[in-house]
Amino acid sequence: MRLLKLVPDNTNIDFLRWRKWASFMSFFLVAISIALVATKGLNLGVDFVGGQSVRVEFTQDMPPIDEIREKVGKIGLGEATIQQFGSDKAISIRTALPEGDKSAAERAGQQLVAGIQKAFPTAKTGSVETVSGKVSGELIRTGAISLGLAIIGISIYIWIRFEWQFGVGALGRLFHEVSLTFGLFAVTQMQFDLNSVAALLTIVGYSLNDTIVVYDRIRENLKKYRKMDIVPLLNLSINETLSRTVMTTVAMVLALGMLLIFGPDVIFGFTAAMLFGVFIGGYSSVLMSTPVLVWLKVGPDSFIPRTTAGMGGGERVERKDDGAVV
Amino acid sequence: MLDFPRWKTIGISIILLLGILFSIPSFLPEKTRDSLPSVAQAKVNLGLDLAGGSHLLLEADVADLRKTQLTNMEKTVRTAMRGERGPDDDIAIGELSNAGGKISFLVRDQAKLDEARERLFSETQGAGLTGQRDWSIDVIDVTRIVMTPTSAGQTQAVANAMDTARDIIAKRVDDLGTREPTIIREGTDRIVVQVPGLQDPAALKELIGKTARLEFRMVDTNADPNEAAAGRVPVGSEIVPYAEGEGNGAAFEVLRRQVMISGEQLINAQQSYDPQNNQPVVSIRFDSGGSSTFAKVTAQNVGKRFAMVLDGKVLSAPSIKEPILGGSAQISGSFSVASANALAISLRSGALPVKMTVVEERTVTPELGADSIRKGAIAGIIATVSVLVLMLVVYGRFGVYACVALVFNVFLIIAIMAAFNATLTLPGIAGFVLTIGAAVDANVLINERIREELARGRKVFQAIELGYTEASRAIFDANVTNVIAAALMFWFGSGPIKGFAVVLTIGIVTSVFTAVTVTRMFVAHWLRTKRPTTINI
Repeated sequence: MRLLKLVPDNTNIDFLRWRKWASFMSFFLVAISIALVATKGLNLGVDFVGGQSVRVEFTQDMPPIDEIREKVGKIGLGEATIQQFGSDKAISIRTALPEGDKSAAERAGQQLVAGIQKAFPTAKTGSVETVSGKVSGELIRTGAISLGLAIIGISIYIWIRFEWQFGVGALGRLFHEVSLTFGLFAVTQMQFDLNSVAALLTIVGYSLNDTIVVYDRIRENLKKYRKMDIVPLLNLSINETLSRTVMTTVAMVLALGMLLIFGPDVIFGFTAAMLFGVFIGGYSSVLMSTPVLVWLKVGPDSFIPRTTAGMGGGERVERKDDGAVV
Repeated sequence: MLDFPRWKTIGISIILLLGILFSIPSFLPEKTRDSLPSVAQAKVNLGLDLAGGSHLLLEADVADLRKTQLTNMEKTVRTAMRGERGPDDDIAIGELSNAGGKISFLVRDQAKLDEARERLFSETQGAGLTGQRDWSIDVIDVTRIVMTPTSAGQTQAVANAMDTARDIIAKRVDDLGTREPTIIREGTDRIVVQVPGLQDPAALKELIGKTARLEFRMVDTNADPNEAAAGRVPVGSEIVPYAEGEGNGAAFEVLRRQVMISGEQLINAQQSYDPQNNQPVVSIRFDSGGSSTFAKVTAQNVGKRFAMVLDGKVLSAPSIKEPILGGSAQISGSFSVASANALAISLRSGALPVKMTVVEERTVTPELGADSIRKGAIAGIIATVSVLVLMLVVYGRFGVYACVALVFNVFLIIAIMAAFNATLTLPGIAGFVLTIGAAVDANVLINERIREELARGRKVFQAIELGYTEASRAIFDANVTNVIAAALMFWFGSGPIKGFAVVLTIGIVTSVFTAVTVTRMFVAHWLRTKRPTTINI
């Protein structure tokens, strides 16, 4: 049986040749993402702005959005934000925190559900979420803290396991990926809620998988080919791990794609964000996180004289005969 | 590579076997599972977003608690100064106030200052293990005593109130007849209530959000309605508003401050019907002390009115037509059967020591939950199968090993989740799918490395050996970063996200085991029996 090879053997693509263009592109995309978040803003869910949100499923054809908006507006809880899910019959209707005392907030959820049931008798209200202003503030804070800690924690881990240049590379890459994902949320105006933070954390954890594999190979090659220039060495490392990068990305896209298509629409945004992250991850591990090492002047000496070499792959130092085959 | 010791093979097989065994109960229908011995009943719990149900986060009104604490201490001071042995024992005091969060009063006879202090000291208590008292007692200007609640005392008071509140809420939710509710304290002043499978969250909120402080008080008939409307009432009385929808147009009643009977003197409360107009009411019974007080007061006040006050609002203020001697009464108001029932439950369980408000609510209907499970399961299976096919097409025999390992991985994740009684949430299903991806990544790394080493001209055995050892390092590093992210999600995340983090963490650990160790066992066995000189990978 002939096996499928997604990437031909012994590729020798000069990825680093595009490093200026790729960095320019990345900076550009990050800038656009930040600008988009600043101008269009994120469509924050009740988790982060407070208020109440009801998921409504129409058994028959869905009335036009404007009609829904108008009828919900009459309930007396202010302007409604209407969000469509993956399916064309389910929407989420969200209204802002009601003014007044705490008990007003407590009743608003019920009021919204009752109002919707009256306006659309055939619709089913699937889930109700109400979050008070105080709790939503806390959720924003803990969400931001956990995201920040994840980025810093992972970078420190890489710094300890590899070298500081690699830690900086990881940090840059994570910033890049998180910004772009925020950009995605700003462009699509998908609801940004607690699940989105979880998706971001997953992207942070997962996309580093790729970087670590490439970095691990760079470390190995740095010890093997002590005389090789850094640019060809990085190119070699990327090429050697290319088939793995492609294969894993394809497997992840396949798995998450199926979840996106066939999975529950409640987690559509969550899955979409992760899929996007995997995609960007493939790009960054090839064109983004490696060029950083050139600028930070990683060389063969980055590993040898220090005690940290013992923690990583120091035990492989003696196998210098390895490289001769290539 | 060849020397895969026998004990290791046996160990791995036992783990895999246990994994399959422990995952089985989670797949069985509830009835079959109940008939199993209790050891075999551990299963994966479904989160509220899958099972349907309500999640409520309640926050205590700490300011309200402080206020109650002050009023209670004010009463204590009065009683303590009155003395136990008749009028001679009294200590005369004046200018008693609780302004500014402190109790302050004058002791008229300076000679009795020390005794006053001693009496108060015996009314205060140690606050936990801090060594502090719950109130500090100071004397200023020689004659004035000031009592300030200490911070340790306040912390202790909040903690005690929250424990009591938790127990009371648990009683109320149990009375509602729901299955497996979770009621836990969170932080210093919050309580999380999770009730799976509930259809009507409004009833739940009604039930647990109500403080249920019931008081019977006399209406002050001397009060001039016009004066009262302007806010002026006789000494010893106060204006108490009617509850929403009660009072037949009247906005308030002027009530005596003194409480005739309170909810603490109840022994039972039941929803029933008013025999005259068939309206739902709540029938209550007082304990013996309450009964005799009620009989005495009603006998003295025939023709006058008394008010039933719930949580600071008047429900109704009926006239006393005749002395009520049996120790039972009816609370009337504009109740529905459900709301009367809820009030009865709340009264039976006792009043909450502190006012609680719902600050977060998430409710998912069981239908939506079931729909999510079905779609999630279908998507999970399709995702797994497509990844399996990809592995087979790309890696041949080694793909088969990876696939078998992946299937074992699925069982192991479920088994471990069941063993720890972990909860599967909707994002957890996504975590599951993600883990499938991460698990094959390990095999991809190993297999690609083997391909590479073969391309470098190494012999089969050596290439496989190197493939495993060299790839393991990267696999380890890569998975640690994932665990860091998952751990943070677990610490900071709430409900569903915690579920996601749990699945992700368990999945990462098991996937390293199955993708590296288990496939290695298969490969070693194959190498030993077939001794291939070329491999197709």
